[in-house]
Amino acid sequence: MLVLVVLIVVTVTFVLSHVIPGDPARLYAGPHARFEQIEKARTELGLDKPLWEQYAIYWIRLFSGDLGMSIHSRRPVTEDLMDYFPATVELTTVSMTLTVIIGILLGIVSALHKDEAPDHASRLYALTGVAMPVFWLGILAQLFIGYTLGLLPISGRVDAMIELIYPTRRITGLFLVDSLITGNIPAFISALSHIILPTLTLSFATLAVVSRMMRALMLEVLDQDYIRTAKSLGLPDRLVVYKYALRNALIPVVTVIGLAFGYSLGGAFLVETVFDWPGLGRYTTDSIVTLDYPAILGVVILTSMVYVLVNLVVDVLYAYLNPRIRY
Amino acid sequence: MAIKIVKDFKSEHQAELNELSFTLHMIKHSPLTILGVGIVSTLVMLAIFAPYIIPYAEDAYLSIHPERKLMPVSFEHLFGTDDMGRDLFSRSIYGTRISLQVGVVVILVAAIVGVVLGGVSGYFGGVIDEAIMRITDAFLSIPSLILALAVAATLGPGLNNAMAAIAVTWWPWYARLVRGQVLQIKQELYVEAARAMGGGKLYIIFKHIMPNSLAPIVVNASMDVGYAILTAAALSFLGLGAQPPAPEWGLMISTGRKYMPTRWWYTTFPGLMIFVSVLGFNLLGDGLRDLLDPRIRRKGRVKR
Repeated sequence: MLVLVVLIVVTVTFVLSHVIPGDPARLYAGPHARFEQIEKARTELGLDKPLWEQYAIYWIRLFSGDLGMSIHSRRPVTEDLMDYFPATVELTTVSMTLTVIIGILLGIVSALHKDEAPDHASRLYALTGVAMPVFWLGILAQLFIGYTLGLLPISGRVDAMIELIYPTRRITGLFLVDSLITGNIPAFISALSHIILPTLTLSFATLAVVSRMMRALMLEVLDQDYIRTAKSLGLPDRLVVYKYALRNALIPVVTVIGLAFGYSLGGAFLVETVFDWPGLGRYTTDSIVTLDYPAILGVVILTSMVYVLVNLVVDVLYAYLNPRIRY
Repeated sequence: MAIKIVKDFKSEHQAELNELSFTLHMIKHSPLTILGVGIVSTLVMLAIFAPYIIPYAEDAYLSIHPERKLMPVSFEHLFGTDDMGRDLFSRSIYGTRISLQVGVVVILVAAIVGVVLGGVSGYFGGVIDEAIMRITDAFLSIPSLILALAVAATLGPGLNNAMAAIAVTWWPWYARLVRGQVLQIKQELYVEAARAMGGGKLYIIFKHIMPNSLAPIVVNASMDVGYAILTAAALSFLGLGAQPPAPEWGLMISTGRKYMPTRWWYTTFPGLMIFVSVLGFNLLGDGLRDLLDPRIRRKGRVKR
């Protein structure tokens, strides 16, 4: 599956980027380059070779972990990705954790109070959550919580002053983790306050989806014969819900998490742009402006690989958790 | 004479009339569906009549009024004005035209491609089915916004390219949906009967399978128009969709961001338009699902 995904992504984007007019060599050589300089850049980038040869070379390089040179940063794309990826990982991980915990709780509450006030409230939230453009929500959050109330910082990962006085040693690239394990408390607080708004923005829509799915799963389980049996035996409601229903409803939630991760990854690209978060999303926006095909291709390959891997883990976890499935 | 005809019509179409009144009854008792229908029909009207109803028609595209730059909300300018002095209310309303067009065209293309490929896949099965399904698998295993971004970036910035990019990411969902429908309907007794009576493949596909698999496609399509609008706005926000001076909502938010803390109206109102449109199509789709799903219909009837 992974192989097929990469194959299709690479082929589709490669073909598109080389069929469409627009000359990366000219961009690479700069705006005032003379003809010879452009030709030199063309040879340097391998753009003078026949298309199929470029395609083959691309594949050979890909296998050795070489994604080519970025046109706008003039560094290997792999190195760029390694610089930008941790920020995206940090943002999506924190947001996913929040989404899953609150989403499950919200789902249970609205399933238990089906067609009552909490359920209506959560339905209303779900409807608005998925309809809200995530980049607009981010801007509104910046306006009201950042500017008007002045509660939280609105851009970047950490305060510039704090970074100067208490520099964080890079170990994992995740600022929250790095500052915590090196005991750098001021940096940790700064990083934490910077991640709150982007995380909440990113979680808003995903939370709506997860809570609705959890509600549906919970209702399905509550309708099962074994729940009726447990109830008719006179077991207390609390026990029935939390021991028998919740356990069974939680198994398919694993799958929901895999799906939600995809939403988050896509949303992260927009949230990063709004909050000036130095992750893959911002790297991509910069690459778009300069028609930086190697960089864009690199990002797409990396993110789709991560997504497929996460879903693979989800499938394995699902099989492990659910005794009814044994491969 | 006339009365007699009416009577005949009524008794002849009693079943249909009952269905119709029941449908109306269901709509009447679902305020959210009414809201959805209301929003979507308002949007359609706005899109059609935009050039005639907006107060500053010349502001829809390129016009510069230095004397009323970045003015706050007032009676003359309900949504304020932008950095070129253009009336944001006029531009937001005119943006309905662009966004509705984008949403409808994208979903139409995606649905047609999906229906054809999914139908072929489901009806013929075998190697073709296997091949088409593996391709959809691959498409669906990339987060859709990122795939759209990649395709739009490789095609180059522009609204048409963005639309193509979104359609590329969307057809696999329809292919999957239609294939499932076809596989299920293929086994129904009435299809078998049609085949036994010598009905040709094309006849069966067009007369039996297509009409019966239409409902879920329509429901999905009406919801997806909203999401397509949302995705197109997102691409425009990133600079990959509509280009200035088009009054596209995502693009307006992206330029408005530069004037952010003080000129809040610049980003707020175009965003509100996106939000309301997506919400409208979502509610419409939700309502349609309840109306078209025979199981829910029957349940409703028993309740009554």
